[in-house]
Amino acid sequence: MRDAMSSIFGRLGWDALPFWSMLHDHSAMTIINGIIATGAASMVVIGALAAIVLVTWLGKWKYLWSEWFTSPDHKKIGIMFIVIALVMLARAIIEAVFMRAQQAVGLDGGFLTAEHFGQLFTTHGTIMVFFMAMPFLTGIINYVMPLQIGARDLSFPVLNQVSLGLTAAGAALVMISLVLAPFSIGGWTGYPPFTELSYNPGAGVDYWIWAVTLSTLSSTLTGINFAVTIFKKRAPGMKLFRMPLFTWTALCTAILMIFGMPPLTVATGLLALDRYLDFHMFTTDLGGNMMNYVNLFWAFGHPEVYILILPPFGIFSEVFATFSGKRIYGYKLLVIATMCIAVLSFTVWLHHFFTMGQSAHINAAFGIATMLIGIPTGVKVYDWMLTMYRGRIRLSVPMVYAIGFIMLFVLGGMTGIILATPSVDYQVHNSLFLVAHFHNMLIPGLLFGMLSATNFWFPKAFGFRLEERWGYRAAFCWIIGFMLAFFPLYVLGLMGMPRRSVAYFEPQYLPWMITAGIGALVILCALLCLLIQLWVSIRDRHANNVFAGDPWDGRTLEWAVSAPPPEYNFPVLPEIYSIDAFMTEKDRGQGWQAPDRYEDIDMPANSALGVVVAVTGLAMAFGLVWYMWWLVIGAGLLTLVAVIARGFVRQTTRTISASEVQRTHEHWLEQVRRTTPIKRSHEQSTANHGLPVPPIEGAVQ
Amino acid sequence: MSSRNTHSLEGNSRHPGLNLGPAHAQEEDTREEMVFGFWVFMMSDLIIFGLLFATYVTMLGGTAGGPGPKELFEMKSAFIETMLLLTSSFTFGMASLALKYREDKTRLVFWLVVTLLLGVAFLFFELKDFHTMFDKGGVPSRSGYLSAFFSLVPLHGLHVTGACIWLLALLGQMTVHGLDAPVKTGILRLAILWHFLDIVWIGIFSLVYLGGLS
Amino acid sequence: MSARPLNEQQARECKTEQRSYLWGFLLALVLTLIPFALVAFTEIERLTLWITIGVCALAQVVVHLRFFMHITLARNKREDLLLILFTVLILVILCGGTLWILFDLYQRMLPGMMP
Repeated sequence: MRDAMSSIFGRLGWDALPFWSMLHDHSAMTIINGIIATGAASMVVIGALAAIVLVTWLGKWKYLWSEWFTSPDHKKIGIMFIVIALVMLARAIIEAVFMRAQQAVGLDGGFLTAEHFGQLFTTHGTIMVFFMAMPFLTGIINYVMPLQIGARDLSFPVLNQVSLGLTAAGAALVMISLVLAPFSIGGWTGYPPFTELSYNPGAGVDYWIWAVTLSTLSSTLTGINFAVTIFKKRAPGMKLFRMPLFTWTALCTAILMIFGMPPLTVATGLLALDRYLDFHMFTTDLGGNMMNYVNLFWAFGHPEVYILILPPFGIFSEVFATFSGKRIYGYKLLVIATMCIAVLSFTVWLHHFFTMGQSAHINAAFGIATMLIGIPTGVKVYDWMLTMYRGRIRLSVPMVYAIGFIMLFVLGGMTGIILATPSVDYQVHNSLFLVAHFHNMLIPGLLFGMLSATNFWFPKAFGFRLEERWGYRAAFCWIIGFMLAFFPLYVLGLMGMPRRSVAYFEPQYLPWMITAGIGALVILCALLCLLIQLWVSIRDRHANNVFAGDPWDGRTLEWAVSAPPPEYNFPVLPEIYSIDAFMTEKDRGQGWQAPDRYEDIDMPANSALGVVVAVTGLAMAFGLVWYMWWLVIGAGLLTLVAVIARGFVRQTTRTISASEVQRTHEHWLEQVRRTTPIKRSHEQSTANHGLPVPPIEGAVQ
Repeated sequence: MSSRNTHSLEGNSRHPGLNLGPAHAQEEDTREEMVFGFWVFMMSDLIIFGLLFATYVTMLGGTAGGPGPKELFEMKSAFIETMLLLTSSFTFGMASLALKYREDKTRLVFWLVVTLLLGVAFLFFELKDFHTMFDKGGVPSRSGYLSAFFSLVPLHGLHVTGACIWLLALLGQMTVHGLDAPVKTGILRLAILWHFLDIVWIGIFSLVYLGGLS
Repeated sequence: MSARPLNEQQARECKTEQRSYLWGFLLALVLTLIPFALVAFTEIERLTLWITIGVCALAQVVVHLRFFMHITLARNKREDLLLILFTVLILVILCGGTLWILFDLYQRMLPGMMP
């Protein structure tokens, strides 16, 4: 009987339930932690059930299946990526609040066990990097980039579905680990030998390995998809040096994904071989060498940092230009700076382990390379400031994020230059100084970029503006909350507090820790403001509709179509003559025109492959974590069969007739004609229906 | 078609690998994207192999008293495997040309099947090789060095296995749909994979086998 | 589907391309046989041997790229070539860096791991 059970359930037993230990050990600590873990697990279960009940009650399963899950439309896939990112963001912020709360009362103890705290910082880091940041930027690029280059879709729409499926499976695995615990306590970097089987025999590290591996595969495929799309699918006349800056950064990010993700695949793959097949790559005995893992991990880790930060650079370039009413300053310089950053990002990975023991001259070489990256980044900052200089600046919500970014990011960059000096790094490595530094890069950089982009492009995607009052509140909560939560960590780091400490015994730390805790609460408020903003915006969607498609007097091609855009994006592919293609059209009075002739449009047909890969990928990963080999083999074979079967499908496109395109387009043009144009100063009022006054009557160009 | 006179053999190329040329204009844009995309994927894969090679070199000293390359490798079988794979690369080239010039299905299938058999023979000898190594105590759990070996060389074998399965799937597609545009594109991409795997094998036999035996 | 007949020019092109593949095969064969023969039958100095193996391998990679993958220096091939060169650059940085860092570490801390 026991054998039969274990061949079905592997090593999964009752003790995986989060309240199990609480039933056997009645100490106060166990009960408190058990309650917290059970609360988190029930939130996952209740959330999932509520979603299922809601969809069933509304009778929307068929709609979801045919319009979303099986849709190859890059816009819908982009939105689904962002939905995953937002759900995971909420979880990771709540975890952060718990960690800050623990440390605020952590003098001589606190309420969390070291084990629980370890899981919190591991999941927080893993989620924020792989399941918040990556899906968020992938989603935004997915949505915006094809519109910006005048394409109808990505080069490989079905591959795009597969990427989404893999990310969804990874995110689901991390969520499941709350219910069938535990997750890894090895940190988001998962350094061996601590994560080897001999020190961590449980399922935790395996959850981490497979969640990260799924995400890595997804990002590699996404990178290929983006790069090929940008190389091969640009509209006629869109030369490389006419592409919008966001597309440029998308291209560089895609290239970094293609070449930066493989090292992580190698690292986690080898760690898995160590854990599953008794290899000795990173073990402490029999000729293993854990330094190889550190080297491989950061050979991924540093390009990854720029994968995360380049798209926000592109977003801010668009935002600064649009809301300053000016052409971006130094377009070519910004492009070249982006390319320099992309290449240099492969030459600096050793600065993540200056203290591992290599010779000083190696540290010096990588330290210098690290500081060199400051140069192109500095060029960018000056370009953005010069874009604002003498512009008619409108302090819209995206712009508030952008200005918050530019000031805080420069501060973070400065501390980065400090850390790039190996001798200084020896003093502050593994301390909270480092934690403060990379949060200072990633929150004002990445997260503000994503939120700025959401506020900027949301009207394009859904046809109505996001409400601004709550938007400002969220933005200011983010900026203030960030400063309160992370500036104290610089001080604590310099005082010598190590990162990832569950408790401490230095009373001087306490005031700073409490400040940081308050900051975390302000960030929680920011999250609430975002939710309220979304709610209020949906409530007022009719008053704020911008169907005409150009609410901010935009400059690039995505603003030239209706909001939301039709499935095929452009009724006929546009011809491009300059950068800021749409602004040029508007200058010449050629915006919102009907083409001479409509043609049938071939669009990719729906496919279930993405869903199949999501399900089988999750099943395989889950089986691997709990040693359910039948599940691994079954799901693996199913994936293979599905992929082969897809090769036999010949009905891969669906035709939209010219008359339907014409009807849709002329309906939109008719609506545009009925819309009253507004001046830029009125863009936040309900008068804004997405049509700006012609440039000559508006602000200076 | 006099304007086609300017079309030279190496001119007019739209993507890596063999281009099918003007006789196969159907779905050429899609093909260009598909083949280019696959090429980019190969480059990504190359980074994986490159890092595994580098890691292998750093683990050369990690034999931990276990058997090393000189005790485990056999020149003869490495040579046989090399020859099989090199020949299969050539026969795949012949298959591509049969597709390009005569669209001769019989000839194409003949060369593809020959390639497949060579691939399977390669896998057979590789597995036999591993078996011999296991018998001599060369198992991955014995040392860091052997772990590095077994993370690099079998990964290449796994790729060859995948390529063989893909080839079978393409033969199946050809039976169902004939020699249509997607099948042609599939063959061009598989050709790139096949030649790429041969290039990786050059690295393996030079660095792992010859380097280890010398 | 029956075989498509070739006109005279196509037949000529087909011959040329077949010959090109054959050339590639022969060159690759020679470049394989040299290192194998050197290791199997001669007793030359190790460093020279390694350099020869390396040069033959690199030459063979170029042969494969040129004759089997059709990557050439022709103008319209630049995109593929650039991609390969970029990949090689990244490979050199990552692999070279790995070896540099790890062997330095061995020298300082783990002399036992030096091969």
